[in-house]
Amino acid sequence: MNLLNYTLKYLYVTLLIVISLWAVIFYFSMIDEIRDSLDDGLENDKMLVIQKVAKDKATITRAGFNEHNYSIRPIRNQSAQNIKDNYKDTMMYTLYERDLEPFRVLTTAFKNDNSYYELKVVASTLEQDDLVRSLLYSLLGLYAAILISILVINNVLLRKIWIPFYQLLSRLKVFRLDQDSQIETATTNIKEFKELNTTVTALVEQSVKAYGSQKQFIENAAHELQTPLAISLNHLELIAEDNTLSNSNMESIGKVINTLQRLARLNRALLIISKIENKQYGAVERLVINDLVKAMVNEYQDFAEAKSVKIMLEETGVFETVMNKDLAAILISNLLKNALNHNVPNGIVNISIAKTTLEFANTGKDEALNSTKIFERFSKDSSAKNSTGLGLAIVKSIANLYNFHLSYSFNGRHRFTINTMP
Amino acid sequence: MKLLVVEDENELLEIIQQSLEKQSYIVETACTFVEALDKITSFEYDCILLDIMLPDGSGLRLLEELKKTETSNNVIIISAKDSLEDKIAGLDGGADDYLVKPFHLAELNARVKSVLRRKSLNGNNKIELARLSVDLHERVATVDQRELLFNRKEFDILSYLLINKNRLVNKTALAEQVWGDHMDEADDYEFIYSQIKNLRKKLRESESGVEIQAVYGIGYKLTAI
Repeated sequence: MNLLNYTLKYLYVTLLIVISLWAVIFYFSMIDEIRDSLDDGLENDKMLVIQKVAKDKATITRAGFNEHNYSIRPIRNQSAQNIKDNYKDTMMYTLYERDLEPFRVLTTAFKNDNSYYELKVVASTLEQDDLVRSLLYSLLGLYAAILISILVINNVLLRKIWIPFYQLLSRLKVFRLDQDSQIETATTNIKEFKELNTTVTALVEQSVKAYGSQKQFIENAAHELQTPLAISLNHLELIAEDNTLSNSNMESIGKVINTLQRLARLNRALLIISKIENKQYGAVERLVINDLVKAMVNEYQDFAEAKSVKIMLEETGVFETVMNKDLAAILISNLLKNALNHNVPNGIVNISIAKTTLEFANTGKDEALNSTKIFERFSKDSSAKNSTGLGLAIVKSIANLYNFHLSYSFNGRHRFTINTMP
Repeated sequence: MKLLVVEDENELLEIIQQSLEKQSYIVETACTFVEALDKITSFEYDCILLDIMLPDGSGLRLLEELKKTETSNNVIIISAKDSLEDKIAGLDGGADDYLVKPFHLAELNARVKSVLRRKSLNGNNKIELARLSVDLHERVATVDQRELLFNRKEFDILSYLLINKNRLVNKTALAEQVWGDHMDEADDYEFIYSQIKNLRKKLRESESGVEIQAVYGIGYKLTAI
């Protein structure tokens, strides 16, 4: 639900409540006003009738609702004392409507020549249900008119006013830190949007700067770490060429070289992860994963044979996707390495490729791995001494980068699946 | 052959110098941009090893300066930057090769030799040791004119060891060279051994006069018997 309709929703409900409340209050105050003015008229009529009776006593006998709007009947003294002016609503038959209609009645008493009389004066009043109905209709009309005019204003005027906002939003959507260096904003006269534009522009500038310096930091870190590593490794390689060294010395040097190489691998893996997460692998291209997998299987064939593991490839479709080629190679080699390294002698790696899925299923330990932990950094099998513990973390980062779905399951075989369709 | 090594890290510079001098090259060094610029404008080198991150200037600018001198210098960039963009920038700038730190000395040696071979107009691609002769371009190995038959990997291992003859070749370097870049994280290198075994047998049976020595825990060395 967009912002415009969201505020409208509340406006509609509030309007409905306000108008309904107003209608009730209006109704009662109107009824009250009408009664008031009717009662004033009846009071006047009463005085006219009493004057008339004083002038002409025969009026008493001529009275009656059939001809006049008043009726007079004689009453006894005591009951006359109890009668006070009393207004009330009643129903009377009218010829015009041929039905009972509402009337206002004033009942009072007066004295003439020592006799007491009860006087009733009536006036036709309005039909309340008619009033309610017409009030309801006109209010519904009013409500609809308000809603429609708000909708029209919203869609025509407000939408126009919000254009700079939506433009900014669409530009932010396609903005990429690794490609764009600034963001364009539309000119606007509205203060809030002006402020938003300058804020976003400043934020983007800041982010681009931070991104740049972070990128710089990563590159420098690579330089700073790789160089001492290179020095140590190359030093040892030179020393190892010294023929006067004893075998045990040589063995020690070999061990240090292996350890340093592990350190170099670890450093490289960490750099790969941070580069992926900083989206610093730029250029993408359309790749046929099948071909890459086949090439990688070929590279690892001897490695697999030395471990007595058989690699079987099953293709049921052509898996094409758009991604960075280096990352695709890292993704596939890490999954393959994982399947080979954690295998058992005479084991199997089954690779199946379908149109949108790539799956590695390998024999190995006879129990499922913790599927939430295996993709975390440095979560490694203690038996794999040389593993960096980052291989699957890199796979996860690459999958996240391209919105691939990565999952692990176990049904006798460890199954790692990459799916480009969610 | 005269080589120039431009590298701001003194220790690395020394190691590279020592390693290259073992191959009987004349090796000169430069630690800074200014020193390097001074040397490349004054002298001519057969091959220049160039670090592109120097404290007082970019190695890429040195490449531009080299282009201006119009001498046919061969440049190998050595850098800790391994992104494709950096490699492309270096190679577009006129470098002949790009080597990412950390590298194996054997790999550096092979790259230098390859660049120098490409430079020599006679195109002599033959390397010899004892009675064994290998033509790297034609991919033919012979002992006394008799051709030896090797599979692709055996030949690749043999030529890599031969380029680094009498020198220790780290098995990681060998694996990366022969099996591909992605082999570096394999946790053991047993798979190399079976190929070495076949290679040794063929070298022995053909009486080539060379043998592959295993250096415990580190790698292999090709020597004349």
